Amino acid sequence: MFDKLDQIFVTLKHLVMGHLPAAWQPLASAVISIALIPIVFPGLFAIVTVIERKGLGRIQNRYGPNRVGPFGFLQFVADGIKALIKEDVVPRAADKMVHFLAPVMMLIPVLLAYAVLPFGRKMVVADYDAGLLFFFAVGGGVELSVFMAGWSSRNKYSLLGAMRAIAQMISYELPLILSAVTVVMMVGSLNLSEIVKHQNQYTFGIAHWFVFSPWGLAGFLLFLVASLAESNRTPFDLPEAESEIIAGYFTEYSGFKFALFFLGEYLGMFAISGLGITLFLGGWTAPFSFLTWIPSYVWFLSKLLGIVFVFIWIRGTLPRLRMDQLMNFAWKFMLPLALINIVVAGIWHYMGPDWPRWLVCSAILACAYGLLGLGLMHNQKLGKRIYRYAE
Amino acid sequence: MSLFLVITFVVTLLAAVAAMSLRNLVHCALMLAIAFSGIAAAYLQLNAEFAGFTEILVYVGAIAILIVMAILLTRSGEAPEKSVLTSGWLAGVVVTVMVFTTLGWAVLNSTALPPPPVEAPQATVKNIGDMLMTRYILPLEIIALMLTAAMIGAVIIAFKEDGKSKSSQGNETPIQIGNQPEPLPAGSVESRKEGVA
Amino acid sequence: MTPLQVCLLFSALLFATGFAGAVTRRHAILVLIGIELMLNAANVNLIAFWRFGPHPEALTGFIFVLFSMALAAAEAAVGLALVIAIFRHKKTSNLDEVKDLKG
Repeated sequence: MFDKLDQIFVTLKHLVMGHLPAAWQPLASAVISIALIPIVFPGLFAIVTVIERKGLGRIQNRYGPNRVGPFGFLQFVADGIKALIKEDVVPRAADKMVHFLAPVMMLIPVLLAYAVLPFGRKMVVADYDAGLLFFFAVGGGVELSVFMAGWSSRNKYSLLGAMRAIAQMISYELPLILSAVTVVMMVGSLNLSEIVKHQNQYTFGIAHWFVFSPWGLAGFLLFLVASLAESNRTPFDLPEAESEIIAGYFTEYSGFKFALFFLGEYLGMFAISGLGITLFLGGWTAPFSFLTWIPSYVWFLSKLLGIVFVFIWIRGTLPRLRMDQLMNFAWKFMLPLALINIVVAGIWHYMGPDWPRWLVCSAILACAYGLLGLGLMHNQKLGKRIYRYAE
Repeated sequence: MSLFLVITFVVTLLAAVAAMSLRNLVHCALMLAIAFSGIAAAYLQLNAEFAGFTEILVYVGAIAILIVMAILLTRSGEAPEKSVLTSGWLAGVVVTVMVFTTLGWAVLNSTALPPPPVEAPQATVKNIGDMLMTRYILPLEIIALMLTAAMIGAVIIAFKEDGKSKSSQGNETPIQIGNQPEPLPAGSVESRKEGVA
Repeated sequence: MTPLQVCLLFSALLFATGFAGAVTRRHAILVLIGIELMLNAANVNLIAFWRFGPHPEALTGFIFVLFSMALAAAEAAVGLALVIAIFRHKKTSNLDEVKDLKG
């Protein structure tokens, strides 16, 4: 019975396709697969905005929004209506075509990236041979849209925010891709369904998720931090923080275009969390073999919500990193650690399936983490806070 | 020879012509990004998936952004007042026409072109990886060395020397955002400190 | 016209466009944009011959294109670094004004 529940969406799709004439079936198959993504994920975005505001509120010892709907859970409806009816102000000196296209240019790559993620068993929209490469390739479109937004506003602060955001995104792309390379090395394929299948084996009832190995844990943590930086979330949200640069590269956007940027940012966050889940947390597989009866898409969704909850928690707890601190962190800590992770993954593969490899790999990673951390802390004069007054 | 491929070619050519002829440099760079995406779409329709994805990753994701950053760093974002064409542009156009005529004539009248194959080739990632690691391992290592050398070279060329270079003295006025605030009258700071302490 | 000829004509036209831009425009960065277009046209040519030519399973044209893309990226980086360095010295990116060595 649970197998049928697992494949219920695939069965429904074949049912609908069966009613159509044969000439239309390929097109209908594509349209049905694709149509689910702009329906499900913006819906998830709406719920997550409310959860985020309530979560942040609770972390900051206040209630979040609690007026609209039961416990405030219809707040996204109010936000959506506000965004739609607000006046769309375009600066007079702005470059109108580029200003209009920037939010569109952000949404298109982000929605494209969902096409290669496996949401459940046999539930991928486009099962490319080089799926992982496709994901990272369309990630580059987001940086171009950030530049378009910042430059077309003809505003010095927007431009500054855009340059900083692009520099941050480019710097953190390297640890992101290098930590994904370790997974590709172990599996031998860039196909995301293949990567999930490799994690679908169970030893002593525990799944072979890559996060349960030393190089996988290091890779997952690197991937998580780098994806925080790629989505411009705290503690890496200097380009768009309200207390720093008003709103950075989307200062001059109002109304629906701002809502589109907001949507694009959250959808990007979900997409990259989905990729992290696929690569390291086993995708749609269950962690323990006695839990495999739960449908695969339920596992994917719960893991996604878990990672989103961790992102919200980090946002409410950690302070912001300054620009030079950000860049130092990316180039002097994360990049060497990602490279050492690749070497450790190679050592893991060649040492044979016994207990010594756990010891050696963990020892190398712990030493590297400690030494690099000491290197970063070298010039910091950390002590009791001193106050200086203007004379 | 599907209709989609012809449309992709036409869109790419229009974007390339626009990239080379617009006045505003940032518009040129954005049109270039569109041209690159068009070429990537053409690769995808010619069964060269890996090349298409690599094209988007390398060209749109890195080179287009590099070009716009360079445009901003050389302050070329505003529209130029004078002509955008160099002196001697006519000779350039003549040579272009000659080049294209030669290439086009060679393509259309050549008898050495092979007949089209029966089925589409498969370029799986596994085959590409096998080829790169067995037959083309030497070019791979040379490319790695070359990329390292290019990276180090680019950083050294564009490195801003502190102090003694000629460009850092003299006429560069810093960007002034608004007026400099006038200095506060001397009495107010002490009175504020008394209030706090 | 066979598909191969259409692809080759497209590649020739793209090359001509890049070439025209590279020799007629005044700004240094536009010359680099033209060079990138020319490199891309050559890549399209190689992929077309890989796809429609004999022995596509040998992947020769394909691998050639991958190396060409890597080379183009490195060359764009160095070229743009040069443009920035020249701008720092002469405060202009107009190629007609960088003529100190003109005889």
